[in-house]
Amino acid sequence: MLITNLEIVPGKRVVKHLGLVQGSSVRAKHVGRDIMASLKNIFGGELKGYTELLQESREEAMNRMQQQAQSVGANAVLNIRFSTSSVAQGAAELFAYGTAVVLE
Amino acid sequence: MFDLIVLIILLALGYGFGRLAEKRHYKSIIARERKYRKLYVIAAKFPPVTLPPPSSTLVTGSVVISVDYFKRFLAALRNLFGGRVKSYESLLDRARREAILRMKQQAAELGADMVFNIKIETASISKGRKQTVGSVEVLAYGTALIPEAAGASSGIR
Repeated sequence: MLITNLEIVPGKRVVKHLGLVQGSSVRAKHVGRDIMASLKNIFGGELKGYTELLQESREEAMNRMQQQAQSVGANAVLNIRFSTSSVAQGAAELFAYGTAVVLE
Repeated sequence: MFDLIVLIILLALGYGFGRLAEKRHYKSIIARERKYRKLYVIAAKFPPVTLPPPSSTLVTGSVVISVDYFKRFLAALRNLFGGRVKSYESLLDRARREAILRMKQQAAELGADMVFNIKIETASISKGRKQTVGSVEVLAYGTALIPEAAGASSGIR
């Protein structure tokens, strides 16, 4: 499956639009990571644990979006957008959405 | 009295380690920016039609980064007087540049020569006490255009 955040695919024509597909995932960090993070809050610097966690959950959101796209019979998702929001203390929602299309 | 001592120790630790970390981070950012200078990142929505049709794929880069205790203290003081909060400016600057660099690195590994339609997303994922910004996440994403030869060898459509 082709995934891109352009509105067109260079060199290919869109045959059919299938509408919006989306995927989301909400993840919380475990306590160990929280303790490490609060230490880092004193010293400053990158929170590697959180970076990994958010990356994993973003991949999961994208996977769900791809599954949805496959189930409607698309072979590409165009114009993808990501958004992140912290829904509660210690949990973040990662959301990915895009337009499912059939390419020639 | 005990509280004051703890505060001073935390401030000193934050100042020392925070400055060290920031200096080191900027050094590595500048070095890598020089390395990936040839990889163009463009915020245009449509690639030029004159290009031979390349293969394309989504690339992302993200980073979660936190300020140190000393800077957070400075920012809290700034809240009293107003004005530029320099300690957070440098935090966000570092985070954005790091995220873009990671995205470029991913694109370079795929053999791309350009990244189109870059978008940058910022989220404050954990709020500290009194709703102060503790750490921010920056995500940079775009579409890497891979020239046909390189795309064919790495197996990406």
